[in-house]
Amino acid sequence: MSGNSKFEAHRCPNGHLSYPGHPRCPECAEPQDETVDLTDRTAEVVTWTTSTATPPGVRQPNHIAIVEFDVDGDSVRAIGQLTTDGVEIGDEVRPIYADELRDPDAGIREKASQEWDGYRFEPVE
Amino acid sequence: MERVAIIGASMTQFGQRDAWIRELLAEAGEACLDDAGVSPLDLDHLYVSNMASGEFEGQTGVPNALAHDLGALPAYTQRIDQTSSSGGAGIYAAWQSVASGASDLTLLVGGEKMTHETTAEATDVIASLTHPVEYKHGLTLPSFAGLTARRYLHEYDAPRESLAKVAVKNHRNGVDNPHAQFRKEVDVETVMESPIVADPLRLYDFCPITDGSAALLFCPESEAKQYTDEYTVVSGIGGATDTHVVHERDDPTVMGAAVESSELAYNMAEREPEDIDVAELHDMFTILEFLQSEAVGFFEQGEGWKAVEEGVTDRDGDLPINTSGGLKSKGHPLGASGVAQAYELHQQLLGNAGKRQVDAEVALACNVGGFGNCVITTIMEQA
Repeated sequence: MSGNSKFEAHRCPNGHLSYPGHPRCPECAEPQDETVDLTDRTAEVVTWTTSTATPPGVRQPNHIAIVEFDVDGDSVRAIGQLTTDGVEIGDEVRPIYADELRDPDAGIREKASQEWDGYRFEPVE
Repeated sequence: MERVAIIGASMTQFGQRDAWIRELLAEAGEACLDDAGVSPLDLDHLYVSNMASGEFEGQTGVPNALAHDLGALPAYTQRIDQTSSSGGAGIYAAWQSVASGASDLTLLVGGEKMTHETTAEATDVIASLTHPVEYKHGLTLPSFAGLTARRYLHEYDAPRESLAKVAVKNHRNGVDNPHAQFRKEVDVETVMESPIVADPLRLYDFCPITDGSAALLFCPESEAKQYTDEYTVVSGIGGATDTHVVHERDDPTVMGAAVESSELAYNMAEREPEDIDVAELHDMFTILEFLQSEAVGFFEQGEGWKAVEEGVTDRDGDLPINTSGGLKSKGHPLGASGVAQAYELHQQLLGNAGKRQVDAEVALACNVGGFGNCVITTIMEQA
């Protein structure tokens, strides 16, 4: 699977947001029934790391961050690769599409079982 | 409810072993039965804690193999997989089997064979526990540690050196553990100058990849004396689960499942954090020792690092943590680690810990799966 990965937060009837989505809301166990597209929003870096001991098929070094989006006053977090090093806690980033985040043929996980494209985070100048 | 006794305990040499999973499990299982002087024919239940023998070695069905190899037929068997808290989950299952009356004699053997894989391959086997949105970005357990450590240092103004001091302390303890993978002291400078693995964490902030096995033998407390005078008691145990997706937690520096599982264990044992004399925490990464020491209530949130700086958790401190050397120097054969934590506490409570001996009547083990995804807390006491 490639080229069809969405980047959406999921919302339940009680207004709780999660990324990724789940069949039931992790906070209140209601079914989630709405999505919010995150691709055109910006987020703030909560924390970051640069991983140098990476598994088969993963770029080395791998810059990664947990980021937080503000969606109409509610926050939702996501994790993902950074496009560059030198990013700090509190920096503003935006999602940038990448058609292959790691080599689907190299790791232990069955290629067809999940998506391999998605969004990296790029600093907003 | 009747309490459950531990009447035998063993662990193999941890490290790089030639033995494969079946042999490792049998080695610890036999030694544990010998420790208690119990025949395998008397076992009602036989449990194996193991995360990934199929993925690592292509050997599944290990409980059946072990029962046959040990001569324990026709004991009921099952495998317990809770990733790297499989050992603690095995203690929970063994405790349930005896406390419920389903078994009067349960042998638990935890083990893992890992070192034949490259570090990258072994890291990927472990990373396969992650959610697809994490896995596709190349997230590994060490990278979660890097992300969390940075946030912790940032939020609580802890010096980077405080993490190094966890490694220094646990390596120092490991020197006196004949079963440990590493029996060599390190200094703060060595840790701080070691290669970066997941910034800000470096090589010496991480446990090694390890082969090994450990075992415990359980029976009702009322029947323990018929086997041995040397036994300990599981007075409290609790298990809890946190989010599968790590970034969905409200505060990345709080291990929720450790908070909740320890509350359950304290309640069952009718104990409080102040009652604990010695603890084994799951220091797969140095940062995890801070997070667990706070989550199980030993120290306030954001204060765990100060306790290490002040020597409180040293072997001669007020609350020794990881007298065994911890996963850091003893090694971390996934399914064995939680069982080996209890092995250490069993020896401490019985006064059999040799040079590592501390003064202890009540002990706590915290065994962590994933990056805090699943946690088992066990409280053990002198009989």
